[in-house]
Amino acid sequence: MSLPLLSLIIWVPILGAAGVLALGESRVALVRQVALGVAGMTFILTLLLLMDFDKATYVMQFVEDASWIPSFGIRYSLGVDGIAAPLILLASLFTLLVVAMSESIQYRVSQYMAALLFMEGVMIGAFSATDAILFYVFWEAMLIPMFLIIGVWGGPHRIYATIKFFLYTFLGSVFMLIALIYLGYLTGSFNILKIQSTAHIGMTAQILIFIAFALAFAVKIPMWPVHTWLPDAYGEAPAGGTVIMAAVMGKVGLYGVLRFLLPIVPDGSQYLSGLMIALSLIAVVYIGFVAMVQQDMKRLIAYSSVAHMGFATLGAFAAFAALAIGDRSAAVLGMEGAVVQTVSHGFITGALFLCVGVLFSRVRSSLVADYGGVANTMPIFAALMVLFAMANTGLPGTSGFVGEFMVILGIFQSSFWYAFLAATTLILGAAYTLWMVKRVIFGGVSNDTVAALSDINNREFVVLGVLALLVLILGLWPAPLVDMMRESVNHLVNQIGHSKL
Amino acid sequence: MDDPVNMQSVYLTIVLAPLLGSLAAGLFGWKIGRSGAHWATNIGVAVSFLLSLVVFKQIIIDGGPIFDGVIYSWLVSGSGLHLDVGFRVDELTAVMLVVVTFVSLMVHIYTIGYMHDDPGYTRFFSYTALFTFSMLVLVMANNFLQLFFGWEAVGLVSYLLIGFWFKRDSANSASLKAFLVNRVGDFGFLLGIAAVYKYFGTVDYTPVFQKASSLVGQTMTVWPGSEWSVITVICILLFIGAMGKSAQVPLHVWLPESMEGPTPISALIHAATMVTAGIFMVARMSPMFEYSETALSVVLLIGATTALFMGVLGLVQNDIKRVVAYSTLSQLGYMTVALGVSAYSAGIFHLMTHAFFKALLFLGAGSVIIAMHHEQDIRNMGGLRKYMPITYWTVLIGSLALIGFPGSAGFFSKDTIVSAVEASALPGAKIAYVATLIGVFVTALYSFRMFFLVFHGQGRMDHHTREHLHESPLVITIPLIALAIPSVLAGVIGVGPMLLDHPGTFFGHAIFVLPDHDVLREIAQHWRGPFDSVVCALTEPVFWFAMAGLAVAYLCYMVRTDIPDMIVGRFGVVYNVLVDKYGFDRFNEFFFVGGGTLLGRFLWRTVDVSLIDGVIVNGTANAVAWVSSVVRYIQSGFLYHYAFAMIIGLLFLLGWFVVA
Repeated sequence: MSLPLLSLIIWVPILGAAGVLALGESRVALVRQVALGVAGMTFILTLLLLMDFDKATYVMQFVEDASWIPSFGIRYSLGVDGIAAPLILLASLFTLLVVAMSESIQYRVSQYMAALLFMEGVMIGAFSATDAILFYVFWEAMLIPMFLIIGVWGGPHRIYATIKFFLYTFLGSVFMLIALIYLGYLTGSFNILKIQSTAHIGMTAQILIFIAFALAFAVKIPMWPVHTWLPDAYGEAPAGGTVIMAAVMGKVGLYGVLRFLLPIVPDGSQYLSGLMIALSLIAVVYIGFVAMVQQDMKRLIAYSSVAHMGFATLGAFAAFAALAIGDRSAAVLGMEGAVVQTVSHGFITGALFLCVGVLFSRVRSSLVADYGGVANTMPIFAALMVLFAMANTGLPGTSGFVGEFMVILGIFQSSFWYAFLAATTLILGAAYTLWMVKRVIFGGVSNDTVAALSDINNREFVVLGVLALLVLILGLWPAPLVDMMRESVNHLVNQIGHSKL
Repeated sequence: MDDPVNMQSVYLTIVLAPLLGSLAAGLFGWKIGRSGAHWATNIGVAVSFLLSLVVFKQIIIDGGPIFDGVIYSWLVSGSGLHLDVGFRVDELTAVMLVVVTFVSLMVHIYTIGYMHDDPGYTRFFSYTALFTFSMLVLVMANNFLQLFFGWEAVGLVSYLLIGFWFKRDSANSASLKAFLVNRVGDFGFLLGIAAVYKYFGTVDYTPVFQKASSLVGQTMTVWPGSEWSVITVICILLFIGAMGKSAQVPLHVWLPESMEGPTPISALIHAATMVTAGIFMVARMSPMFEYSETALSVVLLIGATTALFMGVLGLVQNDIKRVVAYSTLSQLGYMTVALGVSAYSAGIFHLMTHAFFKALLFLGAGSVIIAMHHEQDIRNMGGLRKYMPITYWTVLIGSLALIGFPGSAGFFSKDTIVSAVEASALPGAKIAYVATLIGVFVTALYSFRMFFLVFHGQGRMDHHTREHLHESPLVITIPLIALAIPSVLAGVIGVGPMLLDHPGTFFGHAIFVLPDHDVLREIAQHWRGPFDSVVCALTEPVFWFAMAGLAVAYLCYMVRTDIPDMIVGRFGVVYNVLVDKYGFDRFNEFFFVGGGTLLGRFLWRTVDVSLIDGVIVNGTANAVAWVSSVVRYIQSGFLYHYAFAMIIGLLFLLGWFVVA
C-alpha cells in the first residue's frame, strides 16, 4: 500500500480544521457534524495504521520523505515505531471523544472545533516526525490552539493561566531549538535517526544538550518542579482542552525524552539520571500529598497527573540505574512500564477529566464542596467514575496497575528505596482519589443542584463506556500493547547502553 | 475426569460462573429484575460450589494429580519476564475452594431474605458474586501477580460493600478506611513481589518455591551498613500484606468499622473468607517462610498480640456485630499464631472451622438484627430465646464452637493451635502460649456475655419491638442450620485426616514444613483419635480456661448483673483504654490523617504556590516587568533625549580612541 497514511492522519484533521473554520459560526449543528466526521475519519485511518503495523521490528514504518527546505537540509520525513504508534492512537481517539463530548461549548463553536482538530494534526505530527526541525515545528504549533482554547473558552482566570502556560512551555522549547540546531550542525543532518546514531559527543556537550532538552520535555510532561503551570492550565481550560492536554499533549514530552534525550545523549542522561529519578520520586510522593488537599476536582486530577507521569519518567531514567548494575532486563522492564504508564495514564486521566466535564456541564462548578451524593441522582455515571477512580489508584485489572507494577518491579532491581518511595503511590493515590470520590459521589444528596442532576445521556455513556472498556481491556490483557512496543523499547535500551564518549 | 484439559475447563467454570452471575446482576439487573438477579448469582455460586466438591473429591479423596497451568499470557516483557494468569489447584486450593464457595452459597441464599426490602438488591448480589469470583481467583492463583490481582479485587469489593449504604457517612468513612489500611498492607506486599522477582527472576510459585532454600544465607543491604537476610526481608514484606488483609495489629483498625456494611457481607467477607486470605497466603508461601525463623517469630508475635488484645476489646463492645468482629480479629490472631509456629495446616484447619462457625454467628446476629428492627445494641436485647428458637440454638452451637467447647469444630482446631504453640521452640513461643491461653478465657467470656445478654434474661427492648419479635423466614434459618452442621462436625471429621493422623501428608506438597519446625508431628505422637482427645481435654488447661470464661460470663450477666458495672467503676482507667480501643484510631486520625493533610497543605501553599510559583515563576515575570519599567524611561519618545544620548555616546567613543 503506497497511500501516505501518516500524512493523511496529520493533514486530514488540519485541513478539516480549515474547513470547519470556513463554515463559520452560524451553522453550529453542521459544524459539529463535520468536526465529528473529520475526527472519526482520522481515527479510522489510525486504526488502519495500527492494523498494518509490524510489531516484529523497531525500524521506522510508514516512512515518508520529501525535501522541504533544501538549503538547510531540512526534510519533511515521517515514520512511526512501537513507541509512537500507541501514542498516535491516543491522540486520535481522544480528539474524537472530545469532539463528541463538546456539547457544553456554545460559544464560537466552529473556532473551538477547528482548534481541536488542528491540535490533533500537530500532535500526531510531533509523534511521527523523523526530522528534528519538523518535530520542532509541530511541537511549537501545539502551543497555538491550546493557548487559544484556554484563553477563549477557559474559566475566570483563563488569561493568567494561558499566558503562564505559553511562556512556561515556550521558555523550555527555545533551548531545545538551540540544541537541535547544534546537533544538526554537528551531524550535518536533521534526521533524528542520524542524530541518534552519531558516534561521538563530548560529555560537556552531552550535559548541555541534556539540560536544553530536559527543560523542554520536563515542562511538557510535566515534572516537578516545573509543573506549576499545570494546575492553572488544567483548572482553567474547558473540559475538552484539559482532556487533550492531560491525555495527549503531555505525552509528547515523555515521547521526546524517549526519542531525543535518552538515545542522543546517553552518557549525559546517565550522568544526570540520579537527579531525574529524584525529581520523579518527588513527583510521586510530594505531589501525592499536594493532591490530597485540593478543593477543586480539576486541580486534584491535575496534580494526580503529575504524580502518575512521575512513574513514567521514573521508569525511563531508572533504566540507567539498572544498566549501571548490569541488569539489562530490569532496564527493559522499567522502560516498557514507562510507555505503558504513559498510554494508560492518557486513558484514565482523560476519562476522569471527561467525568468532571460531565459534572461541570450540569453544575458549572468543579469544586468538590459543591457536590456530594451524586450517586443518588446519577447512578450510571457514578459507577463509571468509580471505575476510573479505581484505575487511577492503580487497581489490578485496570490499566493503571500495569505500568506502575512494571516500573516498581524494574526499579526494585536497582534500589530498594527507590521502589519503596515509588510504591507509596499505592497509599497516596488511593487516599486522594477515593477521598474525592467519597466527597463527590457518595453520601446523601447534599444540595438542590445535586438533587436536580440528570444521569448521563447516550452520547456521554458511549464515550465513557468506550474508555471504561479500554481501561479494563488494557488492565486484563496488556500483552498486545507490550508486544507492539517490545522491539522498539529493546532497541532504545541498546542505544542508551552504548556510550558516545 | 483425569484428562487435564477437561479439568481445566472445570476450574475455569468454577471461577467464571460467579463472574457471569455478577455481570448479569450488575449490568442487566434493570432488565432481569430482582428475582433474576438473585437467581443468576445464586446459580452461579451454586455451580462453583458443586464443581468445587468435584475437585475436592478428585484431588483430596481420590488423590488425583494437582493442576498447575497457564490460562492465558497476561504480558510478555522484552526483559524475558512472563506474566500469566494461571491456576494452581492442589490440596490447599481444594480445601479453600470448598470453604469459599460453601460459605458464599449460604450467604447468597441468606441474602435473599436479609436484603429483601433493600432498594440496592441487585447491586448487592452483583457485588457478592463478584467477590466470590475474586476470592476464587486469589486462591487458585499459580503466581504472585494473580494472587495480587485477587487480593486487590477482594479489597475493591470489600470497599464497595462496606460502603454499600452510600448515603451514610459512617459507611463511606469506614469503606475508605478499609481500603487505605489495606493499601498499606498491599504496599508491603507489592514490594515483596518485587523482591521475589529480583531474587528468583520469576513470579511463578513453582520455581520460586523450589529455589527458596538456595537463598538461605544470602543477604541484601537495606540501608548502608546493615545486611539483612534476603528471605527474611521477602517474607516480612509479604506478611505486611497479610497483616492488612487479615487485620493483624496494627493494621487491624479497619475491620471493626467494616461492620458498617450489611450483615451478610460481614459474614462472608469480613469473617469467613477475605480476611483469611492473609492466612492462606502465608500458608501458601510456607516453602519460603520456613527458611526464616526471624520472619516466623514476627508472624507469631503479631498473631499472639492480635489474638489476646483484640479479644479483650470484645468485652466492652455493645454492638452485636462489633463483638463478633473483635472475636474475628482475635481468631485471625490464632490462625496467625499457628502459621508462626509452622503449624500451617492447623492454621488452615482453624480457618476452615472458623469460616463455618463465624459465618454462622454473623448470620445469626443478622437474624437477631432483623427481628429487632435493625437494633444492634445488645443492652437493648434479652430473652430472645423463646421468640427465635432456631436462631437461638444455632448461635449457641456457633458460640460453643468459638470458645472451643470439647467436641465442637472449634475445639479441635483451636486446641491443636494452642498445643502447637506449647510444643514450639521458636523464640517468642512462650509468650505466645500464655497469650493464646488467656485468649481462650477471654473468648469464652465475651462470647457468652453476648449470648446471655441477647438470648437470656429479661427482654430490654421497647414494647413495639417486643410485639413484633418472631423467628426469621426459611431463607435465613436454612443457611444457619446448614452452617451449624459443619460447626459441629467439621472438627471431629477433619482433625484426624487433615492434621494428626498422618501429619504433613494431607496437604501434600502444598504446605512445606522443615523437620525442625514440625510441631504437629510432635503433637501427633500423643494422638489417639478425636474421642480420646475430647476426654483428655478435661485435664488440659485450655478447657478450664474456657470454662472459667463461661462461668464468669454466667456469673456476671445472669446471676449478679451488677458486677460488670462495679468493675467498670473500680477499674475506670482500664475500661476507658479498652473503649478507646488502645487509642489506635485516635493516633491514626491525628498522625496520619492530620499530619498528611498538614504536610499536603504545607507543600502546596508554601512550596508550590509561594516558593516555586510566587518567587521563581511570577518572580521572574515580575523582574522582567520591573526591568522593562525602568528601561522604559530611556525610551521617552523625545528626539532631543535621543540626540543627547547619541552625543554622549559619540564623545565617549572618541575619548576611548584617543586614550587608547
